Amino acid sequence: MSTAPQKAKSGAEKLDVKVTAVVPLNELVTRFEFQRRDGELFPPFSGGAHTVVQMVDGDRTRLNPYSLMSDPADRSRYAISVRRDDEGRGGSLFMHRNVKVGDEMVVTYPVNLFSLDLRAKKHLFFAGGIGITPFMAMISQLERTNGNWELHYACRSKALGSYVDELTYKYPNKVHIYYDDQKQAMDLKQLLEGQPLGTNAYVCGPKGMIKWVHATASAAGWPDANVLSEEFMAPEPGAPFEVRLCQSDKTITVGENESLLEAIERAGVDAPYLCRGGSCGQCETDVISADGEFVHRDHWLDDVEHASGKKIMPCVSRFIGKSLELDR
Amino acid sequence: MTLQFNDETFRDDYTFKNSQRAIDRFPFPFHEDSYMYSVNMEQHRGGPKDSIYEMRFDVDEHYVAEMRDRALVLADDPLRCQSLPHMTLAGWDLLEVIMVSKSEDYPDLFELHRDGDTWRWVNKPLGIDDTFTFMDETTLPYGPLEYITRQAQGDFCVLDQREENLWMDAGMITTQADWSLDFDLGMNFFEWHAPVPLAHEKGIFTRALKFLLSIQQGAPARRLNWTMTVNPLLDTSPENYHKWGIQKTSVTPENIGTKQHLRVELQSFFRLPRSNALVFPIRCYLCSFDDLMTKAKWGRRLHRVIRDLPDELATYKGFIDNRQMMLDYLSKFDDGLPTSDGVFANEDTEPALKV
Ligand code: HEM
Ligand code: FES
Repeated sequence: MSTAPQKAKSGAEKLDVKVTAVVPLNELVTRFEFQRRDGELFPPFSGGAHTVVQMVDGDRTRLNPYSLMSDPADRSRYAISVRRDDEGRGGSLFMHRNVKVGDEMVVTYPVNLFSLDLRAKKHLFFAGGIGITPFMAMISQLERTNGNWELHYACRSKALGSYVDELTYKYPNKVHIYYDDQKQAMDLKQLLEGQPLGTNAYVCGPKGMIKWVHATASAAGWPDANVLSEEFMAPEPGAPFEVRLCQSDKTITVGENESLLEAIERAGVDAPYLCRGGSCGQCETDVISADGEFVHRDHWLDDVEHASGKKIMPCVSRFIGKSLELDR
Repeated sequence: MTLQFNDETFRDDYTFKNSQRAIDRFPFPFHEDSYMYSVNMEQHRGGPKDSIYEMRFDVDEHYVAEMRDRALVLADDPLRCQSLPHMTLAGWDLLEVIMVSKSEDYPDLFELHRDGDTWRWVNKPLGIDDTFTFMDETTLPYGPLEYITRQAQGDFCVLDQREENLWMDAGMITTQADWSLDFDLGMNFFEWHAPVPLAHEKGIFTRALKFLLSIQQGAPARRLNWTMTVNPLLDTSPENYHKWGIQKTSVTPENIGTKQHLRVELQSFFRLPRSNALVFPIRCYLCSFDDLMTKAKWGRRLHRVIRDLPDELATYKGFIDNRQMMLDYLSKFDDGLPTSDGVFANEDTEPALKV
């Protein structure tokens, strides 16, 4: 119909914010809190949503997704918790080293790819490390509506257990903590078997933990649809490679510490995205030709599509080889 | 803006009529001289001033009468509004979106005063002034979905999103083009679209669903759909087919210009923030053939579209039996001159009908 032709810019809508608190929680994790610069309230959100934080680092702009962990009912602020990743591409290091109270930043509207199934009679949460963040918001949301939930949270050690004190103080009967260094392990099999009908399980943490929960639940007869997961995926560094962008008629080089998507954006080409973590499907791009090997890391394409060499998710996936041409 | 609300009916004596303004802003759905299903979504962020695309939820001269008609439908058949238990939060979301949008877009008609969870809602056209506690159902006369959609034109499907699909788990459906909420409740996107011809084969629904799943908060979208209705009847439901189906046989070459209406749905899509559900408002606009023919471009184009429409679509939309009579009428408004691109009538530049 085109009544008001406007070309949509990629990504979710943006919000101008300022940093109102920087709270180190332990050696690795720091919480950042934001308020809107225009003094308005934030849009409401649902537990499990993330925001994409824009970091202007010299002449480079990074866009990293973080789960919103503040109480969704509190519209005066948004909060995220960032784990420092010394091996990563530098987004979390930038947050830890450079971001100070009073800084002006830009974040996106909330996007939820890990939402509660509100039909569930009970919500069973499994968190590993920094994977606790989406559950912080989900728990606040459920507490307000008298939802039934239970948390099993594995941390490396007492010292690195972000929000353990707060959670065990507020909800002593619903929160169960497991410290790796004390060799405490979840009895997952028994936990899953003892649940009432209509329970939904949610897992957020390292890849191994997600696989373990899915596999154990499946073996215990749980339908796949009742086990939801969100993996904290950040693009990984890798060897630089060259790409030809056919639509835009440009040839770019993807640097060691940037993603293919970031390199495309750096070249001034607007490419679609939402999650920047391989799960929303927005950035899906057709491959025109390729001579080499794909390093697929997304959760969007299936194995057949990965093997076909016809598609790539540039937010997390890379390429090793002679030449790659994309329809972008 | 001062809006005059019509005192009119959409049943029995059918006193519904469009003012000149309503005809001028009618969402004529054809941007070219032919029509086929397509993935025709665009952003829903305003549009030309005073057009139906300008506001998030358009309020026009038919508002009060449409709400009266909805109340009559619900009195006969309460199942036109249903909400599965897990959709209550989405109902509050919808109430919030509509109240906030209407009070911002039409401050002289609607007011919302919020003090924490204590909300006061003033709806001047309907004479409502209610104070309630947000998220506390016991403080409203109906559930949140029913409460707010008794005060908002158009139907509302509220879709739960899970397993990479959308599920019709709640809705207020009283102005539908021959489908039933009670039948579709609990179905997913592909199931409720099963009766639609040709579009599945073209992969339209697979692509449309992908688009809908990634609709984000703050970035609503819209599309148009259309069909034909005899008499300005809002409630063309399967439940009442025995009442309205027969009216199709009452059309004659003499009365077709006033009886036959082009029925256009402005469909929009909003992500709901607290529940992560999606709401799909379907706003119905009716315009008689006689009124449409006052725009030279629309006359020429409607004739060509109806003439060349595949039989499958004319059958599905329920007017194949009357198509020839429509064409006999419409051909008088098609002199073969070319038409300009786009949906707007462009009266200043489009040549007048050659007689
Ligand atoms: C979640 C949002 C949507 C809902 C709730 C919805 C619902 C429906 C329903 C109930 C019908 C009637 C089916 C019947 O005959 O029983 C229908 C028809 C149809 N829908 Fe959707 N729909 C949605 C989104 C879309 C989108 C995005 C497209 C984009 C292409 C689309 C394309 C169609 C078409 C082409 C028809 C046939 C209409 C006609 O020819 O009159 N729908 N839809
Ligand atoms: S941006 Fe979400 S999958 Fe790439």
